[in-house]
Amino acid sequence: MSSYTDLEAQEVDPTAGTAPARVQGRTPFQLAWARFRRDRLAVASIVVLVLIAIYAILAPVWAHLTGHPYDATFPKTGLDVNGQPRGPSGTFWLGADQLGRDVLVRAAYGARISLLVGILSAVLASIVGTLVGVLAGFVGGAMDTLLARLMDMTLALPYLLVAIMLATTFQISSVGASLTLTILVIAFFSFAAFGRIIRGQVLSLKQKEFVEAARSLGSSNARIMFVDILPNLVAQVTVLTSLLIPTSIVFEATLSFLGVGVRLPMPSWGSMLGEGSDVFQTAWWLLAVPGVLLLLTTLSFNLLGDGIRDALDPRGDRATGGK
Amino acid sequence: MIRFVIRRLLYAIVVLWLVSTLVFVFLHVSPVPVERVIGGPRATTDTLNQIRRNLGLDQPVIVQYGQFLGRLLHANLGDSYINGEPVTTLIGDRLPTTLWLVFGAGIIWFVGGVVTGVLSATRARSLSDRFVTVFVLIGLSTPPFVMALVLLYLFSTKLSEAGIYFFEAGPPLQMHFWRRMILPWIALAFLMVAAYTRLTRGAMLDVLGEDYVRTARAKGLSRRRVVYRHGLRAALTPVVTQFGIDLGALIGSTIVTEKVFGLQGVGQLVYQSIALGDTPVIIGVTLMVTFFVIVANLLVDIGYSFLDPRVRLS
Repeated sequence: MSSYTDLEAQEVDPTAGTAPARVQGRTPFQLAWARFRRDRLAVASIVVLVLIAIYAILAPVWAHLTGHPYDATFPKTGLDVNGQPRGPSGTFWLGADQLGRDVLVRAAYGARISLLVGILSAVLASIVGTLVGVLAGFVGGAMDTLLARLMDMTLALPYLLVAIMLATTFQISSVGASLTLTILVIAFFSFAAFGRIIRGQVLSLKQKEFVEAARSLGSSNARIMFVDILPNLVAQVTVLTSLLIPTSIVFEATLSFLGVGVRLPMPSWGSMLGEGSDVFQTAWWLLAVPGVLLLLTTLSFNLLGDGIRDALDPRGDRATGGK
Repeated sequence: MIRFVIRRLLYAIVVLWLVSTLVFVFLHVSPVPVERVIGGPRATTDTLNQIRRNLGLDQPVIVQYGQFLGRLLHANLGDSYINGEPVTTLIGDRLPTTLWLVFGAGIIWFVGGVVTGVLSATRARSLSDRFVTVFVLIGLSTPPFVMALVLLYLFSTKLSEAGIYFFEAGPPLQMHFWRRMILPWIALAFLMVAAYTRLTRGAMLDVLGEDYVRTARAKGLSRRRVVYRHGLRAALTPVVTQFGIDLGALIGSTIVTEKVFGLQGVGQLVYQSIALGDTPVIIGVTLMVTFFVIVANLLVDIGYSFLDPRVRLS
C-alpha cells in the first residue's frame, strides 16, 4: 500500500542524530532545532497543530458556551421546518447536523479522537516496530527469519478488510472498547513497515566499528542492542513516527466513516462525514468542517514530519534527495 | 531459477494457510452466536440447535477446522448467513465492477504518476517542480474518502444543478459507463498519483546521477534520448514492481469509493455485510483479496528475478 511505501521512502541516515558537536559545542539536538526553526512550513504546521489541539482540549468549554452537549439533539433550533439541518448561525456557529446536533462541539470531540488514536497507535507501532526490527536485525538467524516473515505476512494482509472483519466478528458496542480495538488494529498494521526499515538499519549498524569495539570490551548482546545501537536509531524512529501519525489518523477516519471504528455516539471526523454524506447536497458544512479539519491535521503532520527529517539529516536536500 | 520459484510458491501457500487459520480462530473466539444471526431474535431453542447442526457447529473444533480447510481447497467460501447464497456467487457477481474500477484507476495513477514524476525530476528545483512537490504533499494528506465526497459534491451536485450531468449513479456495466466511472477513478487514483509521482521522481533522480548516464551524455547523445532511453527504463523497474503489488492490494481498498459513488462492487458487498453481521461474506472477500495480493506479490517476485539475477540469490 502507498502508506507503507511512503514510510520506506523516508530513509534517514541513522548516524545523523549523533553528528559531532562543532565550534560552540552545541548538542546534535540543538543543531537540529536550529535547522528546524528556519523551516517556515514546519513551524507553521506546529502552530496549526497546537491550535487544533487547543480546540480539542477545550471541547467541554465549547459545549458549555453553546449549551449544546455533543450527543444532544436540538430538532427545534437545529433543523428547519422541512427537517433539514440549519447552517452556521449565532446559535450553531458551524451549523447543525442532520439530527440537529452542534457541529462545532462534535468536531471538537472528534478532534480528540483523531489526535488520540493517531498519536497513540503511531507510538505503539513505533515501539513494537523498533523492538521487532532491532531483534530481527541484531540477533539474526532463525529469529530474523521468523520475524521478517511475520512482517512480510502482515504487509500482505488487506488491512481495511481485516480491520472490518475484527470489528464485525467481535461486535463491540462500547465507546471505550472500540477505541482500544481501533488503536490496536492500526498499530498492528503499521508496525511491520516500521520494523522492516529498522531491521535494515540495524543490519548496517551491526557492521560498524563501534559495535565491534563494544564487543571487544566485553559488552553483552543486550547491552550492545540497547546502549550502542538503539541511540543511533533515534533520528530514524522520530521521523518515521511523526510520519506515521497522519497515516493512522486517516486509517481511523476511514474505519469510523465505514462505521467500524470508534462507536457512536462518540463523534469522530470520519463518522461525522459518514453520517452526513446523505445531506451534503443541501448542508455543505457537514462536509466542509470535518473534511477541512482532517485535511489540515494530516497535512500539518506530514509537513512537520518532513521538517523533522530535514532537520535531523543535514545532508538531505528537500529539492533533490529526501523524497 | 526453478528452485527460487518453488521456494516463493511454498511461501505463498504457507501465508495463505496462516491467514485462513487466523480467520478460523477469529470466528471461533467471536462472542456473537452465529445461530442468533441466522435465526433472528425470536427463534426457538430447537431452531437454534437445528441451525448449529446444519452448520456443523456441534462437531469438535478440530473437525470443524478440517472441514473449513477442505472447503477452502475446493474454492468454497461458505454461504451467506442472510440469504443462503454461496459467497463465491455473491463475489463473482460483484467482481467485474471492482476490477473495472481498479484497472481504470490504475491506468490513471500509473500514467499520471510517471509523467509528473519524470517532468519534475528532469526539472528539479524549478517552479513546476515546487508545484509538483506541493501537489504530492496535498495528495498524500487527503484521505481517499474525503476526496471522493468532495468530487461527488462538486461535480455531481453542483454541476447537475447547472444542468451538466457529469456523474450518474447506478450499475456501470450496462449503461453510461464513462459517466459512472470517471469520478470514482479519479477519487481512487488521486492519492496514488501523488505516491507514484514521489516514487518516480526519486527513482529518476537516483538513476540520472549514475555514471552510465553521464557516459551516455559524454558520447554525444541528446539529453532527451538519455532521459528516456537510459534513465526512464532503469527508473521504471521499482515503479512497476510497486504497481503490481498495489493493484492487488487496492481491490481491498475500494470499499470507500464504491460506497460513496454507489457502485455495486465487492467493496459495497462488504459494506452492506457489516451492518447485517454477514460474517461469511466479509471473511470470503478478505480471503479472496489476500489471495490476490499474494499472487500479485508472487508474480512480481518471479518477474523481478528474471530482470535482476541478484534477487534469485538472496
